[in-house]
Amino acid sequence: MSELLVDVEHEQGAFRLAADFAAPAGVTALFGRSGSGKTTLVRIIGGLVRPRRGRVVVAGETLVDTARGIAVPPHRRRIGFVFQEGRLFPHLTVRQNLLFGRWFAPRREPGTEPDAIVDLLGLGHILHRRPGALSGGETQRVAIGRALLAKPRLLLMDEPLAALDDARRAEILPFIARLRDEAGVPIVYVSHARAEVAQLADTVVLMEDGRVTAAGPAAGILAASAAG
Amino acid sequence: MPDWPWPGDWLRPEEWTALRLSLLVAATATAGSLVPGIAVAFLLARGRFWGKTVLDMLVHLPLILPPVVTGYLLLIGFGRRGPIGAFLAEHLGIVLSFRWTGAALACAVMGFPLLVRAIRLSIEAVDRKLEQAAGTLGANPAWVFAIVTLPLILPGIIVGLILCFAKAMGEFGATITFVSNIPGETQTLPSAIYTFTQVPGGEAGALRLALVSIVVSMAALVLSEALARGVSRRLAG
Repeated sequence: MSELLVDVEHEQGAFRLAADFAAPAGVTALFGRSGSGKTTLVRIIGGLVRPRRGRVVVAGETLVDTARGIAVPPHRRRIGFVFQEGRLFPHLTVRQNLLFGRWFAPRREPGTEPDAIVDLLGLGHILHRRPGALSGGETQRVAIGRALLAKPRLLLMDEPLAALDDARRAEILPFIARLRDEAGVPIVYVSHARAEVAQLADTVVLMEDGRVTAAGPAAGILAASAAG
Repeated sequence: MPDWPWPGDWLRPEEWTALRLSLLVAATATAGSLVPGIAVAFLLARGRFWGKTVLDMLVHLPLILPPVVTGYLLLIGFGRRGPIGAFLAEHLGIVLSFRWTGAALACAVMGFPLLVRAIRLSIEAVDRKLEQAAGTLGANPAWVFAIVTLPLILPGIIVGLILCFAKAMGEFGATITFVSNIPGETQTLPSAIYTFTQVPGGEAGALRLALVSIVVSMAALVLSEALARGVSRRLAG
């Protein structure tokens, strides 16, 4: 069964987005040049942008259906969002940032324990710091942990490494790979970097000028797009 | 007994009364303005509605009007026979004219623009992307306000409160016009100083109260600096 079904159309100024794809479990990469509509698409999935027309279904629940007037607000979607710039709360410590979503997540829902996330992302030594005192790589790791601890049904990552230099990127990629293998949450990963996509993705959705031009298992799509 | 005079001896009883009354009036005016001040600041910073410019003008009017005019308008509106004053007296038993509560209202009106301005600026400086992130973590808009927006605008709220309090401590024109200058009821520090300057031999009293005013204002300023610095340090991490 697909974890995520998307079939939407949207306009933003002169830009037109018309995307239709399904994502199975594992990491699905939205891959394409900047300006191809990837970010708008994840913002629609997360509920930050309301599409002009279409449907979004996550784990069998319809979150958006413009024909039926359904548009679940972001705070009821239980979709984690890791932004490019981290967006940690500056007035809270790392620990408080991590536990933020825990207060709002359904208590009985199974989810990864905070200690396990702290271990997984290597955050033990910075729990008492404030975001202002973190490096870019640490900030992104905390942002990932924070999103995971809200017990999301789906994790959206919008170019989480784009603001980092190569060394920091190399430092975080293994963490995300571990996340994919251990956390069991389906991930939609937006990127324009082929290397990241090749290392992380199970499924690739190739985007160009607001349309999906190809979708399928990572190896095949990446090989075809390299040849073309 | 210590040699130095206990502060109670520095001031005469009626001067103490004026100081206590001033503090009560200013504290009441400031406390009462807080919630409406945050609400109006939010409307002005984030709202998009018809009449926003009018609201903005109304809030700021006491800054530019002669205080006597503001006091006179309050007298017309909230006096015993004024439309609002009559209603309050008849239905709620609240009388403002010639009472210390009226002085608090006058001070609140005069301090309100300063409070709103400081809070509004801090709201406009809040990164809305943080509020969006809080939403994706499951917080509904009320929670987002309470645990993200409010702590982030705290420095602005503190500055606004202190400005409002200082303005209320010094308010004279609107207060004396609306509630007069009744010792023990509406005679605040500025009114008492004014009274001293109008009677022969009042110079010493006027000077003492002027010193008290300076001390109170400086204390408020120092306190606000310390609080604002403490809060910003927390925000900076």
